[in-house]
Amino acid sequence: MHTGMMAMTFVAFCLPFAGALAAPLLTRLLGHRAALPLALFPLAIFLHFAQLLPEIGRGEIVTGGYMWVPHYNVSFSWLIDGLSLTFLLLISGIGALIVLYSGAYLKGHPHQARFFSFILMFMGAMLGLVASDSFLMLFVFWELTSITSFLLIGFDHAREASRRAALQALVVTGGGGLMLLAGLLVIWDVTGVTQLSLLLSFGPEVRASPFYVAILVLVLGGAFTKSAQFPFHFWLPNAMEAPTPVSAYLHSATMVKAGVYLLMRLNPVLGGTTPWETILPAFGGLTLLVGAVLSIRQTDLKLMLAYTTVASLGLLVMLTGFGSEHAAAAAALYLVAHSLFKGALFMVAGLVDHETGTRDITRLGGLGRAMPLTFAAAVLAALSMGGLPPFFGFLAKEEVYVALSGGSLRSAAFMLAAVIGNALMFAVAFAIALKPFLGPRVATPKAPHEGPALLWLGPMLLAACGLAAGLMSAEVHALVTSPLASAIAGQPQAVTVSAMPHASLALLLSAVTILLGVVFFLLLDRARRAADRLVEDIGWGPDRGFDQFMAGLVRFSHRLALLLQPGRMEVYLTVTFVVVAAALLLPIAWYGEWPRLPIWPADAQFHELAVMALALAGVFGVLSATNRLNAILALGIQGFAVALLFLLFGAPDLSFTQFMVETLSVVILTLVMTRLRLQPRDARPLSQKLPDAALAIACGLGFSLYLLRVTQGRFDPVLTEFFNLYSKAIAHAANVVNVIIVDFRGTDTLGEIAVVMATGLAILSLIRIRKSVAGPATTATGATKAAAGEPQR
Amino acid sequence: MNTVIFRTLAPFLTALMLLFSVFVLLRGHNEPGGGFIGGLIAASALAIYGIGRGIQPVRQALWFHPMTIAAFGLLLACVAGLVSMVAAVPFMTGLWIYPSLFGVEVPLSTVMLFDLGVYLVVVGAITSIALALEREDI
Repeated sequence: MHTGMMAMTFVAFCLPFAGALAAPLLTRLLGHRAALPLALFPLAIFLHFAQLLPEIGRGEIVTGGYMWVPHYNVSFSWLIDGLSLTFLLLISGIGALIVLYSGAYLKGHPHQARFFSFILMFMGAMLGLVASDSFLMLFVFWELTSITSFLLIGFDHAREASRRAALQALVVTGGGGLMLLAGLLVIWDVTGVTQLSLLLSFGPEVRASPFYVAILVLVLGGAFTKSAQFPFHFWLPNAMEAPTPVSAYLHSATMVKAGVYLLMRLNPVLGGTTPWETILPAFGGLTLLVGAVLSIRQTDLKLMLAYTTVASLGLLVMLTGFGSEHAAAAAALYLVAHSLFKGALFMVAGLVDHETGTRDITRLGGLGRAMPLTFAAAVLAALSMGGLPPFFGFLAKEEVYVALSGGSLRSAAFMLAAVIGNALMFAVAFAIALKPFLGPRVATPKAPHEGPALLWLGPMLLAACGLAAGLMSAEVHALVTSPLASAIAGQPQAVTVSAMPHASLALLLSAVTILLGVVFFLLLDRARRAADRLVEDIGWGPDRGFDQFMAGLVRFSHRLALLLQPGRMEVYLTVTFVVVAAALLLPIAWYGEWPRLPIWPADAQFHELAVMALALAGVFGVLSATNRLNAILALGIQGFAVALLFLLFGAPDLSFTQFMVETLSVVILTLVMTRLRLQPRDARPLSQKLPDAALAIACGLGFSLYLLRVTQGRFDPVLTEFFNLYSKAIAHAANVVNVIIVDFRGTDTLGEIAVVMATGLAILSLIRIRKSVAGPATTATGATKAAAGEPQR
Repeated sequence: MNTVIFRTLAPFLTALMLLFSVFVLLRGHNEPGGGFIGGLIAASALAIYGIGRGIQPVRQALWFHPMTIAAFGLLLACVAGLVSMVAAVPFMTGLWIYPSLFGVEVPLSTVMLFDLGVYLVVVGAITSIALALEREDI
């Protein structure tokens, strides 16, 4: 890829974010017509990537990128092959239509500018996700899609249902994203590569690794949550709380396919093994059936579509993991077909809702005359979804049945699941395309009439694409589906299926599907009641499970917080000092590094002995003091005596500091005591005092033993010599201690004074909180010790 | 504590101690002393003034909130480190200049600026705690 093209591609990835920035201003200037200039952003991206079609069609791979953090070998790099390119074109193409559609759909909404911004941001995240080459980029964009999806689902943030749905989607998909991150890290550890393009040649190593199952579980955790596989499917129908353009874009055509994308991308690396070919089809097939049955049960147009989306995602996962010769081609065809017809049907549902004020299928009817264009778009999309020739959906279904046909029991079981799932989806498709438009006119909250061009343009165009792609299948296969299938399979594949029906097992199964579908369609009301009863009999579902899980989590956190933060100073201090004592004593005991008893210094001078006696007298004073003030003063005496010892033994700086610290601690301790209105005496019973005394002795003993042991060790004079030698030469100073503090180890000191500052702020705010909240009569014994401990550092 | 003698002497004592603290700060380079000790001395000086005369006079005399002083000290220390970046040497490298004042050569350095920052942080942080604790209404 030459430099100009590379720069253009980079610009294409940045364009959506530029659009998101421009959206508020454009919306203020143009109102809902801002959709027209904003749609140019995705359109430009679409046209840019469309240029790559011939190159990718020849089976080439386009990579490029820039170093981002060279130090850690992190790059912003992309990998564009058949798989990425298909996604890029779907995202930008449908994105342009969605921007136009939401211009009309949310016309006059006070936060329309915000909506445009969010949806363009999402588009940028999604484009980055499917084109990322480096793992880190993949993860960042993956989570960014979760976050933007959260913002979009919760767009109508005044309603509780929308807030809950947004949070639910974020928790489920964000949690899955963390699993994906862990999986990618393990892959990195096993192979040593951080780029997908390099990883593709490491398949055998990964599959042979002892961590293969761990990688598989983690990656599937990410993919299944994102692509709403059973039992994580529940967030997707709830996400229908979002405005319809969001449902059409994120929750059918693009974001929910990110998990499928990941599986397809990693299929050449992780696929072909027994766990892969068991777990994926099993979960996919189950999701297909669960989604299809639940969709029958709904009466809300959007919810019906949402559950069929779940079912379709199940089918895609099943095909990706099935591993037969035609499975990759079937997945490729179905992926494209689904994005086209499902996006269109969602927009139709939104249009009906927008024009009539309801999306309940039982309260709609006879709209065909009032909304002919919408009706036409709905029927075109439903024909593709139902899999009738010559629509693209037909090709997809043919290929699915070819891929699933095989002599084994496994093939037969999945074939059965596919036929039933497809038949149910056929029924739902036509229920949505026909029921609201045919039959007698039913009164609706708003008088229906055809929506503005911006609203019907999107569904019409997408549905027409489904037809055109079916008719021009040779060209589409050459440019899109063959490279896509090759990327999924990891080896060149040629897709040949055409819209011309010809006698085969697949055609027979298609006919059976359609027949079954018609039966389901005619018995829809009865089927709905049956599905409803079934779900009610089961009673519990993952959606309720999610609530129980969240409630449990909140209860657990609350208990944990109460345990760790009981609000009693005694507990905090006891825990702190127990840890200090343990940290000091346990290593000595564990390694048997007990110090020797110090020898009595025979040459001790009288004044030195006198100072030591003074220190002991101070300690004795603390212990025997009858009131707290005396104890504080006695502690000060002990501290001064130690400072004198430092002075006598040649550490003037240390001694100086100790004097000042002792003075200030006496002053501050006294102030704290008067301020907290402590009782002058410690009137607690002996049973409470003894444990504290034991703890104090343990800490004191620990420090003494430690110091003794350290001074008995061999003294390494390297540093002393270094500092003595260089302090004058390099730092132009004679005071070694000060040179160390402010020059040689100056950065340490910078950190320390920042801590002093932060501690001061913390204490100040504690005092202020006390002043405003607590009554003056409150007593807290521990607070004295805590406040006293701080200034001494 | 509120004796007449203490109340009268406190300002003088404070002035002397503050002067001494600056002395200790500056001599720290070659003899025992430095920003940390100097800061502690200045903080006790202000505490004495507070105990003798009350908090309001201290706050007025300081003009700035003590926390502001501490923050300014932290800023000075950071600037002292960053100056070396302008001179294209690693962060926190000491730089020296020797301007001549009235015929006397005065060595000045970023290290000294850093020490001054330490001094101000210590004074500010401890004084603000002490002042918050010794409120008059108790």
